[in-house]
Amino acid sequence: MKDDPPLPSLAKLDEKLRAAEAKRHRTKAGSDDRGQGLSFALRIGTEIVAALIVGVAIGYFLDRWLGTKPWFLLLFFVLGSAAGFMNVFRVVGRLGGQVGYRKGDDTSPQEENSTRTGITKTPQGRDADN
Amino acid sequence: MAEGGGHSPLEQFEIKSIFPAGGHGEVGTLAFTNSSLAMVAALVLVSAFLIFGMRRGALVPGRMQSLAEMSYEFIAGLISDTVGAEGRRYFPIIFSLFMFILFGNLLGMLPYSFTFTSHIIVTFALAALVFIGVTVLAVARHGMHFFSFFVPPGAPIAMWPLLIPIEVISYLSRPISLSVRLFANMLAGHTLLKVIAGFIGLLGVFGILPFALVVALTGLEILIAFLQAYVFAILTCLYINDALHLH
Repeated sequence: MKDDPPLPSLAKLDEKLRAAEAKRHRTKAGSDDRGQGLSFALRIGTEIVAALIVGVAIGYFLDRWLGTKPWFLLLFFVLGSAAGFMNVFRVVGRLGGQVGYRKGDDTSPQEENSTRTGITKTPQGRDADN
Repeated sequence: MAEGGGHSPLEQFEIKSIFPAGGHGEVGTLAFTNSSLAMVAALVLVSAFLIFGMRRGALVPGRMQSLAEMSYEFIAGLISDTVGAEGRRYFPIIFSLFMFILFGNLLGMLPYSFTFTSHIIVTFALAALVFIGVTVLAVARHGMHFFSFFVPPGAPIAMWPLLIPIEVISYLSRPISLSVRLFANMLAGHTLLKVIAGFIGLLGVFGILPFALVVALTGLEILIAFLQAYVFAILTCLYINDALHLH
């Protein structure tokens, strides 16, 4: 079955379907670009704060537990801010805000999703707005 | 605060006990509070929206059925875009979270109502549900391999002692950012509305300016209500995607 060349009509239909799908995708990304851009912007601010809260909390409770007053707090404050910047970097750098890096050539759905969440679409949207 | 200190803009967030009437719904008591009432209302409304919307199940949908189908398809599309076909299985939880938060946010836009999503404990409970669920899912899927998640691939071993704590903090910050984002947006928005509305009476004729601002802000708040529910849902999807595929 697989080795058979597809019928010409089917190939044509496939092409048409692809074109329609691409068109649908384009219109979709364009139409709710503003909302997606805003939702994307709303995410960034909290990412830094959240990582800082976690870092400071870990440091504070380690200090209280071990009685090493300022040291763990200082250490984890720095680590927390690093994690915060890492989070923001990931959200902005189309990595989707996840822990862990992603391979650039990964064609699994997450590549597409970062497009859909407006992470890559934002510059395009700005062009369209101007 | 506005009129002779009678109304504080924060009064709207006060938890009052309804069932053992009069109390303040203190921690540790099983009081049925105004927050619980708002949650039950959201639950009933979501159920009614979907059940009555889909009651007829017509081939050509009416208005309510269109809305119900649109919300279904919105989340189904979100999941297939972010997680792929594998994510279908998690549709119920994502859809429930989305609708619950959305209706909670929108209910809060009614005058005199209570916004339960403006309390960190509620949003944190939702975020903790997502976080624990996703972590359990990842460990069940990948076993010990899950912990390789905290090691950025390609990093030299000398950097591991620095990078692993950062990655762990980054991972632990997920429920915090998820809950704080929703709670802070709702709290700030509603406080702002009340503060600006307080100026309307004070400024007399010029009260028209803050009034116009309040109208505009109400529109913005409704947008935020949708966006926050959407962001919560999409982040849940992304986390599930992470749990399924690691990196």
